[in-house]
Order: sequence, then C-alpha cells, then structure tokens
Amino acid sequence: MNRLKDTAKALFGITTLLLLLPLTAAAEYELSGKLGLEQRLFAEEGQYDQQLEHTQASIFIEPEFYWAWNEGGDSLTFKPFYRQDEFDDERSHFDIRELSYIHVSESWELRAGIRKEFWGVTEFQHLVDVINQTDSVEDIDGEDKLGQLMLNLSLVRDWGIVDLYLLPGFRERTFGDENSRLRAPLVVNTDNISYESSKEDEHVDLAIRWSHSIGDFDLGSYWFQGTNREPLLTPSFEGGERVLNQYYSQMDQFGFDVQATLGDWLWKFETIYRSTSEDDFWATQAGFEYTYVGILDSNVDVGLLAEYGWDSRGDDDEAGAGLSTQNDLFLGSRIAFNDMQSSEVLFGLGADLDHSAFSFLIEANRRIGENFKVSLDVRLFQSSEPSDPLYSIREDDLLQFGLEYYF
Amino acid sequence: MFYKRSLATLFTAVALSMGSHSVISASAGDLDAEKLGLKISTEAKARDTGWLDNTSNMQMILRNKQGQESIREIKTKTLELLDDGDKSLTIFDKPRDVKGTSFLSFSHTVGNDDQWLYLPSLKRVKRISSRNKSGPFMGSEFSFEDLSSFEIPKYSYKYLGDEEVNGLDSFKVEQYPADKNSGYTRRIVWIDKAEYRVLKIDFYDRKNSLLKTLAYNDYKQYLNKFWRADSALMINHQNGKSTELHWSNYAFKTGLQDSDFSRNTLKRAR
Repeated sequence: MNRLKDTAKALFGITTLLLLLPLTAAAEYELSGKLGLEQRLFAEEGQYDQQLEHTQASIFIEPEFYWAWNEGGDSLTFKPFYRQDEFDDERSHFDIRELSYIHVSESWELRAGIRKEFWGVTEFQHLVDVINQTDSVEDIDGEDKLGQLMLNLSLVRDWGIVDLYLLPGFRERTFGDENSRLRAPLVVNTDNISYESSKEDEHVDLAIRWSHSIGDFDLGSYWFQGTNREPLLTPSFEGGERVLNQYYSQMDQFGFDVQATLGDWLWKFETIYRSTSEDDFWATQAGFEYTYVGILDSNVDVGLLAEYGWDSRGDDDEAGAGLSTQNDLFLGSRIAFNDMQSSEVLFGLGADLDHSAFSFLIEANRRIGENFKVSLDVRLFQSSEPSDPLYSIREDDLLQFGLEYYF
Repeated sequence: MFYKRSLATLFTAVALSMGSHSVISASAGDLDAEKLGLKISTEAKARDTGWLDNTSNMQMILRNKQGQESIREIKTKTLELLDDGDKSLTIFDKPRDVKGTSFLSFSHTVGNDDQWLYLPSLKRVKRISSRNKSGPFMGSEFSFEDLSSFEIPKYSYKYLGDEEVNGLDSFKVEQYPADKNSGYTRRIVWIDKAEYRVLKIDFYDRKNSLLKTLAYNDYKQYLNKFWRADSALMINHQNGKSTELHWSNYAFKTGLQDSDFSRNTLKRAR
C-alpha cells in the first residue's frame, strides 16, 4: 500500500516537473529499451508439492523515456518494468526502475526521484551494495533491484566525490509464492510484515558515501543508517499454514570497497560492519580477476576470477545458521570472443567450505543481427546438508534460454 | 584554464617556427633518419595542438569476408592536455544492446592509461585494465591502440624516404611502439608534406608481417587550422575483414572542462 503511495507521490512530482519542462526546440527526447522472452527448463520436478514443474516461460518489457534540456544540464528519465510469467504470480510484477530528475552543475549534481545506485567492486557477491532492495523473484544472483525513492546530492571535489542520500520510503524484498521455484521450503508471507521502526516502511534512511580514484586504486567508503534491506525470516502459523514472516530491523552500516588495477590484475576487496539490535558483525568479500589478453594469438580474452566470502557470524552462530556466504570460495572464468556479435561466456562455481554445498553457473550470450541478443544460462545446485540454504533449491537445476529485442 | 590556453598558443607558435625552419631544410640530409623521423612526427603533432577540446560522432561499418555488415555508432568528447595524454569520454549508441554504455579514459604519455566503463543495466562503474591495447574495439578491425591519441613518447621513429600518396608528396616514417603490450612491431606512416596530415598507415603484427592498412579520406580544415578526415578505411590483409569509419559533427573549443570527465559524467553521458 505504502509502495503505491510513494509511487503516486513521485508520479505527482514528476508530472509537475514535466509541466514545467520548457518544451522548446532545444529539448531532447529519446525512447529506447528492451523486450524479452525467457524460457526456463527445470531438470527435476521440484521438492515442494505446489511448485511449478518442468517449464516456465515469461515475457518482459523495459522501455526508457529520456528528456533533456539546458544542453543536458537538466534531464528526466522514466524506466518502467513489467514481467508476465506463465505460472508464477509473484514473478509477474511491475516496478518503476527509474523515474528521476537530474540537475547538473559544474561541481555538484542533484538527483531526485526513483533510482538505482550500485556500489562495490566484486563479482560473486555484492556486500557493500545497499541502497536498493533486491528484486529476488527476477533472479537469485541479487543483481536485479527495485527502484528506490531518493534525494541524492553529489559533490565533486579534488579529493573525491561525496554523495549524500535521503531515502524516504522503504521497499520490501520480492518473494515467490507456493508455485515458485528457487524458494525456501516455507513460503514467505508478503502481508503481515513487521518493522523495528514505528514508522515501518516510511522510515527515512540516510547515507553518505565518499569515492575517489588515486592512481591505480579506486576507493569508496560509506555509512548508512536506516532499514535493513535483508529481512529476518521467522517461521510461524498464519491461517493454519506454516509460513515465513518478514521482519525488517534498523541498522547502522559502515562499508568500504577498494579495487587495485595493476596491469592484467584487478584486486578487489569489500567489507561491511553492520550493527542491528539483534547482532553486530563484519563481513568481507575479496579476490582477484586476471585477464589473459588474446589467448593463443587470437582475439579471445580469458579472464580468471577467484573470490572468498567471509562473515564473522560464522556457522555456529544462531543468526549465522542460514547464511549463504560465511566461508565460501568462488571461482570463475569469463571468455570474451571480441567478435562482431560480442559473444561472451561466463562460468562460475561457488563452494561452501563449511558444508558440502556447491552451485555452478554458465551464462553465455551473443548478438544476432543489429537488435537481438540471445542468451543461454545454466544453473546447478548441490547440497547434502539441510541447514544449508542451497539444500532447499537442490532440485531446481535449470537451463534458461533468453531472447531480447533492443529498440 | 587560462594558463593552459596561453601555453597551448605558445607551444604551437614555437613548433610552427621550428617546422618552417628545421624540418623542411632537414631533408637536405644533414640529420640521420631517426632524428628526421622524430622531427616529422613532432611537427605533425605540433600542428594538431591547441584545439583544447573536441566532440564528434563516429559511425563504424564492420564488414566480414562475405560482405556482411554491422553498424556501430559512438560519440566522443576529448579534452586536450598538454602536460599528459588526453582525457576522453566515449558514448555508445549502436548496437542498441550497448546503448548507454560509456567509457572514460585518462591517457598517459608514459605508463598505462586509467580507464572506466559504465554498465547502464547494473548502474555500475567498473575500473578496467588498460593493458588490452591489441584487442579489437567492438569487434572491429581497429584495436584500442589504433583509436588512442597519438603521443610522441609512444614510439621511436625512422624516416624512410619520400613517396606520393593520392597525388600528395609525403614523408614515409616508420614508428616502433614503446609499449611491450602493443600488437605491432612497427607501423609505416605516410604524412603529407604540405599539411602534415596522416594519409595512410601500414601495421605490422608481432611476427612482423603486414597485418592492416588504414587510409584516411576527405580531409577538411576546421578553425583554419586543424585537419580532420571525413572517413577512413581499415583493411585487414590477413582475415579479409574491413572497417569503415565516418565522422560527423566535428566541433572544437566547445568549452569542455576537467569536470566533464569524471565518474559522475560517465554515469549520465548521452
């Protein structure tokens, strides 16, 4: 409900802005975007009775409308998103990914509206990336995000860029329902959500981030105060059925990320310290990416990636029991063919060193003609310990075909 | 900014006077081939100094052996720096799947360049390795080093003689890349004697066989000083592919500043 209210508020603001838009010949307008088809094939039927079986098709659209005036000094972007899924009602969803106004001055920028902000340097886990809520029904890699309402003042100084954020309104994480694949044994209750803050999802969050490039190093550090994007899920009875109830605490989080770009090597390090009323902890993701350029005198580049993820709550801790990354190793390889079709393949392996749990992925894509792109994704999961989060999706091995049209 | 402008004018004036006296009389033969090669290249660079900043649109037509085509469209903004390599922002428009992707580069005369790539779908700015000089740019026959700004310390030089190209009397200069990551052992560059414009380049691969030939066409003069080609054609002799370049909307001294080349501008470049 509040999500609707926020959206309505933002829409009102943007409409007002649009009316004020000087519709002179100098104003620039652009429409672009993508339309996609996706077919998932699951090798097995799924562990839980109501889950959809072997196939799952969906279609999505994500247009982007862009207006600029004052020679680009002011601009407005509107990017809605909609996915229609064959079986999964929760995966059929609408979101405003972006509806934002930017004003640019020589030493500062003001960005207002619904936006997405990415922080961090690592590839397999995005620990420090905290502004936007994860749109987890889209994919399980945590890279799809819901639009976040914000006011962001960005100051450009000789000693770096300082970003100040005022984040009114909170978005709950998206979760699948009974027939969704790639879910926990119990369905997450998306009604009855509780918050630590009495302002619930209207708590105004704050963040400040400094980022800078010094020689071969790119650094960033921030402090965030507000609603924890990760809900605490607790089993309970709701209408005679066992479900997982969502609870969103308040948190203070410090984050730091650095990448050293040294020749063919990229060294990456991210760490956070999070303090909530339940616990305080540190977590780190660190590793490297080495690129072998032009393997065997060809145009093919082969990148090798390795990252390690650690969490101070560890395995024994009660809060840490359900952690997906507490002592995990990730290995991967990125192959770029550098051909006319920009063909690319990414392989990845994640291994939980405390449990016998592995996940494996392949992501391959190439362009077809000038406006189409095809992709093939494979995801395999293996787990033999019920306490591990991968255990609940161990029968969700999948093959996914995608076709995207860009306009 | 004012300091840089006046320095640019001074530098150009010195270079021009040096050109009219020493380079042309040097063909008399009292300098050895290396010094002459350097002189000619220095003069060519000097004549193309002082434009401060520039913007242009570029279309690439990629052709394979069978004649199949693929189009790339990019915009570039460049800031001239006299004490180091240029700063540039490249914005991708076509193919559509990379629309909104942009690339920021701080090139350096010595050492690796600093490069960042912005990926619009993730809203992520990524610092990338600039060691990949020899790899193809967007699947074309141009490598990253072919498209980077020409700086004197990037090569050593040798004057090979005079030759006519497209009816223009030209210097033929051999250039040896200083960077060990270069994809070439050498390039042979033809520079016309009247205006010091690069007319043609032959590229020799790491095994020293002829790999590619680049020819520039239809030079036009801007601001009564700077020559820019309307098009260019790169032919790869080894794989039979080619890439055609067409430039449009050239503009110089547009008032771009250092602040137009930051990670913030990268994120909203159009």
